Amino acid sequence: MTLYDDDLRALGGGPGEEPPPPSAPARIAIRAEEDLLTARHAVRGAAVEAGFGLVDQTRVVTAASELARNTYVHGGGGALTVEHLHGPRRGLRLTFEDQGPGIADLDAALADGYTTGAGLGHGLGGARRLMDEFQVCSEPGRGTRVVVTRWTRA
Amino acid sequence: MTGRTAGVPILRLGDVLVTGLLNELDDHSATAFTEELTERISADDARGVLIDVSRLELIDSFVARTLMELTTVARLLGARVIVAGMRPAVALTLVELGLQLTGVETALNAEQGMAALGWEQVAHVPGPSAPAALGDPGGSP
Repeated sequence: MTLYDDDLRALGGGPGEEPPPPSAPARIAIRAEEDLLTARHAVRGAAVEAGFGLVDQTRVVTAASELARNTYVHGGGGALTVEHLHGPRRGLRLTFEDQGPGIADLDAALADGYTTGAGLGHGLGGARRLMDEFQVCSEPGRGTRVVVTRWTRA
Repeated sequence: MTGRTAGVPILRLGDVLVTGLLNELDDHSATAFTEELTERISADDARGVLIDVSRLELIDSFVARTLMELTTVARLLGARVIVAGMRPAVALTLVELGLQLTGVETALNAEQGMAALGWEQVAHVPGPSAPAALGDPGGSP
């Protein structure tokens, strides 16, 4: 089952829409500033559902907030996919994609204090520290994709 | 969204402004909050500002930046800011994020923050002359 952005917008309480099965990957459009809050909510809900403790929930939602803002501010908008991982380990994988200008100098972008926008320059590097796995692919002119994963402890 | 405010009350107690941040703080509201609070510091001649953050379930780099800027602006206006009541999980995450809120004064909770700003809790011993209606908002007849 594929969920499209319009379906997901309706999840916020629109009548008549059937919610997806709990662990289906969810796709959230990041097109406007309000979508940053929607993304945070979705990630918080997924982190609770995945069984993360309070501190881990906070880490994951904070990382998501940083990356969603990057997608919106630097990438010109894009989408977030929230995915539950099962199998031997449980975890949560977040994929942020945009078709923006890309990151010219990845090493610099990952360094603390580097910023081209309104933040503090801790977004990308900070998100990397808050998650267990971190992957970023960026092509100048084509866009950026950041995939982060955090595994549950215990 | 024109003319939107942060949507939180800013109360004045003597020369101290008391306010807090709500959990659903977006970037726009955070900026609006800075501007509103800055104007109030000046308009009310505030010497101290208590910002309760106990409701914030996350402080990301944008909110952190807002708090740091606010502290600096307030200091330039002659007021002292205390950020009170940060949740432990939020504090841990902030440190891992690499943000130490340098220059921002903090307190464990609002009460200690107010004490630092010169407000002391006075023990109320209900004496024989104490009005019975105090602390009874239900208003029994």
